[in-house]
Amino acid sequence: MSADIRKIAVWVEETHMEAGQVVAPAARKAVAVAVIANPFAGRYVEDLTALMDIGAELGELLGQRCVAALGISPAQAQSYGKAAMVGEAGELEHAAAILHPKLGAPLRVAVGGGAALVPSSKKMGGPGQVLDVPLGHKDAAFVRSHFDAIEVRLNDAPRAGEIMVAVAVTDGGRPLARVGGLTHEAAEGRDGLR
Amino acid sequence: MPEVVVRKIATVVEEIFHEGGPVSANPPKRGAIMAVISNPFAGKYVEDLQPFMEDLKPLGLMMAQRLLAVLGGDAAAIEGYGKATLVGSGGELEHGALWHAPGGYAMREVLGGAKAIVPSAKKVGGVGARLDVPITHVNAAYVRSHFDSMEVGMNDSPRAGELMVVLVMTTGPRVHSRMGGLEASQIKGEDGLR
Repeated sequence: MSADIRKIAVWVEETHMEAGQVVAPAARKAVAVAVIANPFAGRYVEDLTALMDIGAELGELLGQRCVAALGISPAQAQSYGKAAMVGEAGELEHAAAILHPKLGAPLRVAVGGGAALVPSSKKMGGPGQVLDVPLGHKDAAFVRSHFDAIEVRLNDAPRAGEIMVAVAVTDGGRPLARVGGLTHEAAEGRDGLR
Repeated sequence: MPEVVVRKIATVVEEIFHEGGPVSANPPKRGAIMAVISNPFAGKYVEDLQPFMEDLKPLGLMMAQRLLAVLGGDAAAIEGYGKATLVGSGGELEHGALWHAPGGYAMREVLGGAKAIVPSAKKVGGVGARLDVPITHVNAAYVRSHFDSMEVGMNDSPRAGELMVVLVMTTGPRVHSRMGGLEASQIKGEDGLR
């Protein structure tokens, strides 16, 4: 089953200053979100395979949208994250079906690698509610400068029978990162952790 | 003259495929660009604000150009527009009115002389406040299918001493518009109204 997509939104933000300090190059984040029909809204369905397949489709689509919006090559992506918000006629497990089994592999193709776990969040919510998408370094989860999040929300989604699915990608860490730990430059990126 | 200090810029593009009705053959897009800048008048009453409008013109032009670019780059494809300002709590509503001239003229310039008045909204708000930016047809304000709005906001803006200035453009009508009235195909485009 391919996703019935009502809407796609792509957000890009760049921070040029923080706390009076110039951030150069600007810290940039992108988040792409698709609002889809939930094929299982309003009923209990045991087999969630259809949503898993939609997850694969959206991992590729939304990952590519983020990379394109940042104007970078896939290899230049540094951190990523994913999240889903299920409208009230669905269940939390529907978000899990989209996010966990199949979304990651095509997302990793879109960002040119990704040895690290894709950090994720999920919740139930209604139109206008905030979804915070966690961010972590794509190749080494312990890179401390890249732990972050980006907020996404759409005033008209998710409706009761919908799911809002988000993928976030950056080409750098937090502005003015200075709490030490493993750095992007020192990361080996082999085991996904360091 | 105060310098324009930009802390952050964000763009968002929504692509609307359907809203429960037939899938659009040419999905309309809504795009917004937001710049978060220092409010040079925050925390005090300043009588003469108008020189700052001149200072904002290059920012307006850059924003209009970037917004057009994220919507595909074709000025002829832009059918609707709007603008708005969100004033941080250290400022006054009148500071939001500084955006009228630079925001409006910048879009007209980039769109090659759009005829209709650019609808606008302004308010004072805190960090995370949302702003509904009104939208009308670029050449004839009475085109009913293009009356719309787009909600924007940023979780970390505007801080007390900041202004968030916004431009919005759309590439088409409401996705299932069917309220009659003046149609885009019927406009004369001489007076900006019909």
